[in-house]
Amino acid sequence: MPTNTLNGRTFEVDTEGFLTRREDWSEDLATDLAALIDLELSEDHLATLRFMREDSATTGVTPTLRRMQTVGGFDIKTLFALYPGKPAKKMAWLSGLPKPVGCV
Amino acid sequence: MRDMEKLLILGAGTAGTMAANHLRATLDQDAWSITVVDQDTQHRYQPGYLFIPFWMKPERVVKDRRELLHDGVDFVEAAIARVHREQREVELVDGRRLSYDWLVIASGTRPDPTLVDGMADGALWRDKVHEFYTYEGSVALKEALAGFTAGRILVHITEMPIKCPVAPLEFAFLVEDHFRKKGVRHKVDITYVTPLDGAFTKPVASAELGGLLKDRSIRLAADFAVERIDNEQHRLVAYDGRELPFDLLVTVPPNVGQQFVTDSGLGNDAGFVPVDKHTLRSVVDERIFVLGDASDIPTSKAGSVAHFATEEFVDNFVAATQGRPLPNSFDGHANCFVESGRGQAMLLDFNYDTEPLKGTFPVPVAGPMTLLKPSRVNHLGKLAFEQIYWKMLLPGRRLPVSSHMSMAGKRRPKE
Repeated sequence: MPTNTLNGRTFEVDTEGFLTRREDWSEDLATDLAALIDLELSEDHLATLRFMREDSATTGVTPTLRRMQTVGGFDIKTLFALYPGKPAKKMAWLSGLPKPVGCV
Repeated sequence: MRDMEKLLILGAGTAGTMAANHLRATLDQDAWSITVVDQDTQHRYQPGYLFIPFWMKPERVVKDRRELLHDGVDFVEAAIARVHREQREVELVDGRRLSYDWLVIASGTRPDPTLVDGMADGALWRDKVHEFYTYEGSVALKEALAGFTAGRILVHITEMPIKCPVAPLEFAFLVEDHFRKKGVRHKVDITYVTPLDGAFTKPVASAELGGLLKDRSIRLAADFAVERIDNEQHRLVAYDGRELPFDLLVTVPPNVGQQFVTDSGLGNDAGFVPVDKHTLRSVVDERIFVLGDASDIPTSKAGSVAHFATEEFVDNFVAATQGRPLPNSFDGHANCFVESGRGQAMLLDFNYDTEPLKGTFPVPVAGPMTLLKPSRVNHLGKLAFEQIYWKMLLPGRRLPVSSHMSMAGKRRPKE
């Protein structure tokens, strides 16, 4: 697995750049990663990422957008506003979770 | 003499029927009763739903569930209300209660078109908005296709996971071939619309299948998260503002588990039962196993998975009832034919850890099947499977295909 370094932090990623080790993640790393895709993380952004971390810790998988809405209470339209274009993918990448594929 | 042990199986589809027949051949007739519950008596060959819009006679996919169960398996026709696992009882909608010592949940998944605004509640439902994940839907789509000679068709997946994740791709290839044969292909615009970032989830298969879409001049609209169907303007609307006009929308509604699973407190947010992915045993109740689409295991919801998993399950179940450690570990093996039109099909073979790869199956080089590449022999294999399903799979005869995936014949992509 390739290793990336960003602002002095080292972390392991898969071939598509998603973190492979849960413990490599921190909110500071997320903030630095966000800058790479022209996002400045607000409290609203961080609330989504925290939910994803907590939820996946119990389920073992990256939550879907529907789950973000039904379980997390986030409005899907709001998620598209916070993460333009591809919210599920961007949120997974920023929260250090595997790319959401909903299985095969 | 001690009481009979009671095994109750919820659902008489592929997994439930296989499990009942395998276990009836394994468990002592004098010591074990096996009862299967289903809400109706019609077993449907679901792979046939893909073909009904094109050529398969609808009545051909249906057989009586009771005739598919071996002697010594009791059948109860009733809808299930909920599982009371503290009492080890299953409550039926008609008020009856069935007690059990061991429970197998094999109640599958169902499409729920009420979860998308403008789908089931829209004026265009079963008119210009169709699905082929139910018997009724597939038959209605056949009529819609017969009268369609020009315009825009969207083949659409609402969200993952869905049963048989390759079926919408197959439909796209078959519908393209359908219009080509009718000589009106140039008047029909076909777009494949998916919430994924490509034609499929895994890189090698996504590239091969995406290439085939391109070869057939089928457009790809990726990363499409549908918000609603606009029934007045005939448009599929995404959260990011994209709008795709259609004259015929063939959608796959969200797939969810059965209501009784949720009502029993056994399901996740989509109604699928969390299990250990290698043993299919419930994570909250050791007396419950879950087979087929009803569980949350991270592999395809497909008949082949139900088949391979059930074969691994039989010995595990016997061990569990005797208090022994479970001997078998299921690897998530799936084996799916993908109809690609032109009388050909592709074959995917994969598991939890290995994505679908190119190569030959089941024998290296000799095949005769080709992995991730269209061929006539794959298509004939898919057609032949219908008889194998009824005559070998459901009765519980072992096929000459290992329930564990093999790397023989597969080529790893170059790093």
